[in-house]
Amino acid sequence: MVTKLNEVDAVVIGVGMTGAMIAKEFTLAGLTVVGLERGPDRRPREESVLPRIRDELKYVQRLELMQDNSIDTVTFRNNSEQTALPIRRWGAFLPGEGVGGTLNHWGGMHWRYLPTDFRIRSTITERYGAGAIPGDMTIADWPVSYDELEPYYDKFDKMCGVAGKAGNLRGQKIAGGNIFEGARSDEYPTPALKPSGGAVLFTQACNNLGHHPFPAPFGAASQPYKNIYGIQLGACEYCGFCGRNSCEANSKVTAPTHIMPALRDEAKFTLRTNAFVSKLVYDRQAKKVTSVLYTDMNTGEEYEQPAGIVILSGYVFTNSNMLFHSGIGEPYDARTGRGVVGKNYCYQFEATATAFFEDKNLNPFMGSPGDRAVIDDFNGENFDHSGLDFLGGGYIRGGSGAEPPIGGRAVPADVPSWGSEWKKETVRWYYHAVEFQNQGSVYANRANYLDVDPIYKDALGRPLIRLTYNATKNDHAMSRYMLTKIDAIIKEMNPTHYELHPRPLNFTIVPYQSTHNTGGTMMGTTPANSVVNRYQQSWAAHNLFIMGASTFPQQHGYNPTGTVGALAYFASDKIVKDYVKNPGPLVQA
Amino acid sequence: MTEIKLPRRDFLKAAGAAGVAGAAATTGIAACSPETQTAANASAAAPDTYLVLTNEEVAFLSAAVDTIIPADALSPSGTDCGCVVFIDGQLGGAYGGGAKMYRAGPYMKGTPEQGYQLPLTPHQFFVAGIRAANAWSEKTYGKLYDRLTPAERAEALTAWEKGVAQFDGFESRLFFQRLLQITMEGFFADPIYGGNRNKASWRMLGYPGLPATYADKVEEYRDKPIVVTEPLSIADFS
Ligand SMILES: Cc1cc2nc3c(=O)[nH]c(=O)nc-3n(C[C@H](O)[C@H](O)[C@H](O)COP(=O)(O)OP(=O)(O)OC[C@H]3O[C@@H](n4cnc5c(N)ncnc54)[C@H](O)[C@@H]3O)c2cc1C
Repeated sequence: MVTKLNEVDAVVIGVGMTGAMIAKEFTLAGLTVVGLERGPDRRPREESVLPRIRDELKYVQRLELMQDNSIDTVTFRNNSEQTALPIRRWGAFLPGEGVGGTLNHWGGMHWRYLPTDFRIRSTITERYGAGAIPGDMTIADWPVSYDELEPYYDKFDKMCGVAGKAGNLRGQKIAGGNIFEGARSDEYPTPALKPSGGAVLFTQACNNLGHHPFPAPFGAASQPYKNIYGIQLGACEYCGFCGRNSCEANSKVTAPTHIMPALRDEAKFTLRTNAFVSKLVYDRQAKKVTSVLYTDMNTGEEYEQPAGIVILSGYVFTNSNMLFHSGIGEPYDARTGRGVVGKNYCYQFEATATAFFEDKNLNPFMGSPGDRAVIDDFNGENFDHSGLDFLGGGYIRGGSGAEPPIGGRAVPADVPSWGSEWKKETVRWYYHAVEFQNQGSVYANRANYLDVDPIYKDALGRPLIRLTYNATKNDHAMSRYMLTKIDAIIKEMNPTHYELHPRPLNFTIVPYQSTHNTGGTMMGTTPANSVVNRYQQSWAAHNLFIMGASTFPQQHGYNPTGTVGALAYFASDKIVKDYVKNPGPLVQA
Repeated sequence: MTEIKLPRRDFLKAAGAAGVAGAAATTGIAACSPETQTAANASAAAPDTYLVLTNEEVAFLSAAVDTIIPADALSPSGTDCGCVVFIDGQLGGAYGGGAKMYRAGPYMKGTPEQGYQLPLTPHQFFVAGIRAANAWSEKTYGKLYDRLTPAERAEALTAWEKGVAQFDGFESRLFFQRLLQITMEGFFADPIYGGNRNKASWRMLGYPGLPATYADKVEEYRDKPIVVTEPLSIADFS
């Protein structure tokens, strides 16, 4: 028996980062909003407090804040010939759940994409000729430009209280910031973090080599700051527990600290937690979603929530899966290249390195992921690819610290993994490691996609989503090139010892790499080449809007969230200004 | 109370015969920094007691964690640091019972890229793995693992690590990896979970434990080690 509820102006599926942002913007515009979140509520004053939050075992190793695999997971295989098997416990990526979603435990690397990233197919064609893009590389221009998104990047920055140093302020290049970035209309809301010891060494070496180092932009306030919703944020404590934990200081951005205090008591907003949405009820004739079905995971009872506007903000895997289960849009077929739902799934391709400096003391536990230094000289089209055997690139980051000891004890590869010798070497190198990372782009390939798993089911009996994904020749060639650049930087730093970590040939579902999954509901210019238009509006159902990196046409050489946030504000602005008054397609097909 | 320090093997024999109560005299030594080790050894704390581990499993794990983390100038042994008590707590709790783990079949071996595909919960995994490792040890050395000499224990562990040991119906390398992981967790996690007694591993590393804040220290200590007098754990803040 399904209980039918009263219609509301808008229903939000997944009250993670984008879900909370949209709910806040809609209630500000006077709409009534129901937020359906399948995880628990998150109460920062109860949960993100000293000392309980500084628990590496619970949060980093046991993944306290992550989605419950026993309820819903993803199946995975490297290619279409294999049988996909379920991810029984998260490894390579870590989707979150509960109010705030994956952002509760993010690393805070806060980026804008390059102006050329938004027209990547055109830029490559203009620079290197029509034949430069391999036939199986299905990259596309974004249907929105950097300049159009800039005001929304700025707004998102000011919701987050981002720390950083501008390198391009209204067209004026500023040394010490990222001179490759698109023009910013304003400085970062708070100053860049103080660099770690490793970041200082990295910066010196990059300067010697003629690169353009700058402090990493970080999605947390470096000093007290009042965000756009009037919420007072605290300053980063450099506590070393950032990745996979929420923030005790109200500094690192998450919905529970940066949005919910200004949304929770809003009369027009209703939050329902433990509400697992299973399906959108689709009226094909009217090209609308009339309601959504969800199960109350406390009682097992099923509800139908009708709504005028439906926001699908359930992270990359839920977004595609919901369309498959609801029969919305044509599923992608990798053999024929037809269909769009599930197409252009991408990821991040991250080569890393570690260098050891016997004579430096680099307090490995102290600091924040935001105290790294970065170069952007080898990202996207910031450098000439003529004569190179790949397209794409990524930023290179270096620094030390911010790692608690179960996971953060680098030793050279030839050190035994146990016994007295292991202990001796662990102590010897503990204070002395610098980590490097290339945040490599993944340019879409026709062989990588999402579809419906034919075997495995979730707790509600729905088929799981299936991920078919592997690294490509282009990814490996790009990554090898980036490692030569990292190698040169490290040599300039003159370490006692160092190691480069080239990527394994095949993508593996363990260990952790990044939660930078993208694609599946890509945006584009027509229903034939995309699932949503530039306003993140479904071509198949005009009252359905999809939020999150699932709408990216491909993944560029940056962490996704800055752009995810900008797109959410770009879309909500259009919905509030135009769609509400005049519901219908915002772009004619 | 007088502390009679038996070699680990003899203790385990005694524990095996006399049950958990027999452990009272010899275990529960608060782990401590190398300098104060002797003093602390003199005062025995409460006996180790177990939620789920059997005597054979305690004996096996004690031998294994002491091989992975032997007592030396840098730290007390894995057992004395509470690693076995830690493992027991983990396997007896939600994690060990397979909480938040997708467990539905069908079960297929899959490729290495596809990760863990056994139907076993972490607790079941260690029950089956310890049985398989002990059976292998009996076949290879004629003795259970905990009865081996320290050199034999190290040799056996190496054979599992390399995956050259053929366990019956079990991958020795996978067993080794998970054994190593959970031992390291017990050694380095906050003492609230029963391991890392007296913050022994944190003292060993020079890890200060939980900061209230480092915002005021990042610049001052940029190329200067923080001198750790007493690392702070969750209990110290509570
Ligand atoms: C360890 C880690 C580090 C990261 N570091 C960075 C970084 O440094 N920089 C960066 O840019 N990004 C980073 N990310 C990624 C970042 O967290 C995500 O990009 C961001 O959270 C995406 O926001 P979202 O709104 O799309 O999804 P989410 O924030 O995940 O929100 C989705 C919500 O939907 C809910 N939901 C899903 N399905 C359903 C359903 N069927 N019914 C009801 N509710 C549902 C989920 O429970 C969740 O709360 C990191 C992620 C992780 C895990």
